[in-house]
Amino acid sequence: MKILIYLINSLFNKVKPIFSGHYIAIAGLIGFSFFLLIALLAPWIAPQNPYDLMVLDIMDGLLPPLSKLGNGTTAWLGTDALGRDILSAVMYGLRLSLFVAFVAVAIGTTIGVILGLLAAVKGGWVETIIMRAVDLKVSFPGILLALMMLAIFGTGVDKIIYALIIGVWASKARLTRSQALSEMQKEYIDAARISGIPNWRIMVRFLLPNSIAPVLVMVPMALSGAIGAEATLSFLGVGVPITEPSLGLLIANGNDYILSGKWWISIIPGLVLVSLVLCINVVADRIREYNNPYLKSKDQ
Amino acid sequence: MIKYILKRFWQSGILAVIMSLIVFFGMYVVGDPVEMLSDEDWTEQDKIELAIELGLDKPVHEQYLSFAGDIVKGDFGISFVYNRPVLDLIVERLPATLEVALLAMIIGLCIGIPLGIYSGIKGNSRGTRIISFFTTIGYSTPNFWQAILLILVFAVFFQWLPASGRGDTNLLFGIEWSLLSVDGLKHMALPAINLAIYKICMQSRLARSGTQEILYQEYMTFARAKGISRNRIIRRHLLRNILIPIVTITGLEIGGLIAFSTVTETVFAWPGIGKLLLDSIHMVDRPVVVAYLILITLMFVFINFIVDVLYAFLDPRIRHQK
Repeated sequence: MKILIYLINSLFNKVKPIFSGHYIAIAGLIGFSFFLLIALLAPWIAPQNPYDLMVLDIMDGLLPPLSKLGNGTTAWLGTDALGRDILSAVMYGLRLSLFVAFVAVAIGTTIGVILGLLAAVKGGWVETIIMRAVDLKVSFPGILLALMMLAIFGTGVDKIIYALIIGVWASKARLTRSQALSEMQKEYIDAARISGIPNWRIMVRFLLPNSIAPVLVMVPMALSGAIGAEATLSFLGVGVPITEPSLGLLIANGNDYILSGKWWISIIPGLVLVSLVLCINVVADRIREYNNPYLKSKDQ
Repeated sequence: MIKYILKRFWQSGILAVIMSLIVFFGMYVVGDPVEMLSDEDWTEQDKIELAIELGLDKPVHEQYLSFAGDIVKGDFGISFVYNRPVLDLIVERLPATLEVALLAMIIGLCIGIPLGIYSGIKGNSRGTRIISFFTTIGYSTPNFWQAILLILVFAVFFQWLPASGRGDTNLLFGIEWSLLSVDGLKHMALPAINLAIYKICMQSRLARSGTQEILYQEYMTFARAKGISRNRIIRRHLLRNILIPIVTITGLEIGGLIAFSTVTETVFAWPGIGKLLLDSIHMVDRPVVVAYLILITLMFVFINFIVDVLYAFLDPRIRHQK
């Protein structure tokens, strides 16, 4: 318990100087935590389970916000064509969108860091292959590669995670490699080499902790990028399946009703999506600014 | 210079071959064309015959060579859905995509760069903060949702602009253009603005960070010390130097715009190649998907090549690099 408190304290002390005095970034952090909490608690706090087709009543379809449903409850944010409560659908959609993005960014970053370290430590043909693959990836826009992947492998939650991983790993690999290379110039690595420590141990114990910081700085940006990409692909109908709508798919469903003035079906999930991405971006911008010595010196 | 261009050309060739290999293996080896083309009541014999007809009984490298040979000859096969040569379908829809992308690019550059330079020069002023507020929002809003909002505001509420389709087109050089008629331009306005918003945010951020970096260089101080007028410093010393990253990104973004036009074209029902790709993915029209991916890949390789060469023209340091 004491260790836990110590850990939280030291984390807080690390985070505090980044955000103190930057109210927009603090607001972003609070907003993001709020969305994260809703996503985590969705099954317990949502008024309705939108995946359960038994509770839906087609008679409740297309009701505007604040309408009464057939069973006497209020649909605060209206309902869609199937009579699904938008508030519940948005909560579950948020959950899925965040889940997909988190998993993709976590796996993609891990792959990128491992490949970057390998390229730096091994050199030779290993480095050539890895770095050429990075060049190949970054010369194409992410959305195109994702569409290519989804055209080949079909759609589904797992497929879209693979497609997003493809978008994440390359820049992390490039950054990790350049960090690790500059770290390898230092004497303690030579000392470790001379004392006969194997390559993999040098990688894990010395290079990894000393070159990971700039990669971690990029993670929030990657996260908001992945959320946007998933929403776009789902909106295009090549992402998550219709039975488990993410925010993007909810917007797509509502899009068919926009011309008839039923705005809430697609505008509400859209507002949630934009606020989420915006919150992450202002936090990401602040973290990047804090870690960029060039910008910092000009601040003062 | 020629040596540099030749080297880049050679690298581009390798890139094109690798990407065609990826598409080939993805579409023909991971997926099974026989399963997709055959009906449920087919016998094993029918399937084997189809496989032989498609050349699937041959070794993989021979299959790839004949696939690549057909592409070089410009033969992408026949669309399952439209029953017409795929290349014709794509070429016919390409102008629609290009004209929107071009218009969006011009809007993006003309608005984005001045905004970026202004906020770079003015530092922490009110104007800068307003610009950065709007670019952050524009940057954070997914493209497709901006499109929906544009439709909601301009087509549903105000009813100023049409929400879908291409409108009247005029014939020029044997190609139909929407750019040349008032109705066509009206139809083009929303898709072009949709694509341009992201460009504006992107360009202004780039121009801003470029300006900030250059503003404190010694040659800028020197130029000011010489008493050169403010406008001349901006034009001759600042603009030229921030142009290098902007040219690269703009070049790469032409491709990005065409890739992103899949989203815009789908929302606005604009009959370009992006909409064709998505329709084909949904209808499992494999030859069209393969042809689109191959062509867009080749286009990307070509754009990257041109950008590299342009880059070398602009920056002598790269040209003389060993």
